[in-house]
Amino acid sequence: MQPFENVDIGGPAQPLLRVSKLVKHFHTGARKGKDVVQAVDGVSFDVIKGETLGVVGESGCGKSTTARLLMQLLTQDSGELVFDGQEVGSSRLPMKEYRRQVQMVFQDSYASLNPRMTMEESIAFGQRVHGISQKEARDYARYLLAHVGLEPGRFAHRYPHALSGGQRQRVNIARALAMKPRLVILDEAVSALDKSVEAQVLQLLLELKRTLNLTYVFISHDLHVVRWLSDRILVMYLGEVVEIGPAEALFTDAQHPYTKALLSSMPSMDPDNRTLSSPLSGDPPSPIAPPSGCRFHTRCPHAKAACAQIKPQLKTVGQGHQSACLMAQGDPAWHQTRMEVSHVA
Amino acid sequence: MVDTVTPKMMTATATQPAVEGYWRGVFARLLRDPTGMLVGSIILLLLALALFGPWLIVKDPYQTSMFLRLKPIGTDGFLLGSDELGRDMLSRLILGTRLSLFMGIVPVVFAFFIGGAIGIIAGYAGGKTNTLIMRTIDIFYAFPSVLLAIALSGAMGAGVGNALLSLTLVFVPQVARIAESVTAQVRHMDYIDAARATGASAFTIIRVQVLGNVLGPIFVFSTGLISVCMILASGLSFLGLGVRPPEPEWGLMLNTLRTAIYTQPWVAALPGMMIFITSISFNILADRLRAAMAIKE
Repeated sequence: MQPFENVDIGGPAQPLLRVSKLVKHFHTGARKGKDVVQAVDGVSFDVIKGETLGVVGESGCGKSTTARLLMQLLTQDSGELVFDGQEVGSSRLPMKEYRRQVQMVFQDSYASLNPRMTMEESIAFGQRVHGISQKEARDYARYLLAHVGLEPGRFAHRYPHALSGGQRQRVNIARALAMKPRLVILDEAVSALDKSVEAQVLQLLLELKRTLNLTYVFISHDLHVVRWLSDRILVMYLGEVVEIGPAEALFTDAQHPYTKALLSSMPSMDPDNRTLSSPLSGDPPSPIAPPSGCRFHTRCPHAKAACAQIKPQLKTVGQGHQSACLMAQGDPAWHQTRMEVSHVA
Repeated sequence: MVDTVTPKMMTATATQPAVEGYWRGVFARLLRDPTGMLVGSIILLLLALALFGPWLIVKDPYQTSMFLRLKPIGTDGFLLGSDELGRDMLSRLILGTRLSLFMGIVPVVFAFFIGGAIGIIAGYAGGKTNTLIMRTIDIFYAFPSVLLAIALSGAMGAGVGNALLSLTLVFVPQVARIAESVTAQVRHMDYIDAARATGASAFTIIRVQVLGNVLGPIFVFSTGLISVCMILASGLSFLGLGVRPPEPEWGLMLNTLRTAIYTQPWVAALPGMMIFITSISFNILADRLRAAMAIKE
């Protein structure tokens, strides 16, 4: 099948997806679009081939906007995506082909299935778009249904309302797989499922990743799941990346105060070790008028004068571990009690 | 969980008997619905009357007589009485079916396609395209239907063709509005995003993913317009802008007979009855169709 051939261009060392300086602002509000929500503001990171990159952060930090930008459901204001060495949207990698190689699974399993299409039709749609015959696409849809653990004879002709949440999410995964993607974006894909079903779907995702050689970007607010599934974790705050690093390093040796706060907000499994006080108070500031300097300084227990003025950049703080915090980076400006130097980071 | 089976255990060839398309399913459900079938047969009967009317009537519908005016129902020779010029009501009602249905349905059919297309495009495109299209539509929408129909018809001149055109123009904005609002709702569902993520063109997405979810409400709304359209058409005829006397058309007949409402109320009400039966049949059919189109029950 010509349209579904995946060629590894750059070898394992080349990032599968390189995101650089991605910006997406939304014009909103009563003031005739004068309010600008800085949903994603200069986000850069790499997705390594074969890894699972976890993305965490509070509600409204830009996780889902980032996901939609990666999928190109939204067009960025600036910044670029390079997929396996090829610029997305260029003649070498047209949008249609990029979209095939990158697929997405959404949070709401019901809303992401057309209520008037059978499971088989929904899964086969993508292949039909890429010129596969009706019969071939449907046969493959049935094969995929079996592959995600749903008996085709029972489920192929059902409509979404006749399936449970877990079953629907399996169908959504099958639909993404129908495009034979290399990168799958899971935007809170298991968050709406109850715990037992969630565990099954996560197992399925792991198995598929191994057998089909997939790369995941796994977006979730459930830190336990992210830790369990991810190889590396990216922490976002108010549209910016504040920390990125290997999962274990990040969980055991978090450098950014925001990451620390986020981790200490995890419900503990040990009743003797329960979290007693709220690690962070209040809501995050509005992304319409984000704080100056380090965007976290308004809520940071370690904030110094410098933090309100200097915008920290991501700098290496450990093996493959980067953090955007003056304190963690040992920046001399942070130690000064008064801001006298005109330090530009 | 009982719903999950490991791939090895299953036979991928186990199939259900027949692969039914969505519309075939809708039709099958409609066939099983007694009310739907009843109004469906009434409409088929009306269509038959419209098609074969001239061969079914026994008396000359244009034959006037000053001595046989306003005869009651059941008079010898006049099964349904006679009108204010002594013409046979039965023949005129049968013959009138053709023009009445024509005037009532054709503008709505045109409006369904034109307004539906405009609304779906506006709803799917969103943003500035949507604003441009919908605000233009709003200009037409601001006038009352009757006034707009009369103004357009008057401007273009009398005649059945112009009446049809003006009625179409009256209904296009109304259909477009409904189409736009249902499409805009569907547009923001995740399954549309999922379809965009496959790289499908907007046209393909509208055809495969959107139409099935929006045609139902648009169709139901349009069918409801048929009765309004018949009344408006008769109003135009009454003003001399549509069908002209002595051509039999229910709306025109209702208008000319209304002066006889005190002397022969039953005869005068007959054209109204026909309009009522026709419009309620279309309304109920639309309703049953919507029920048959809903998968979730």
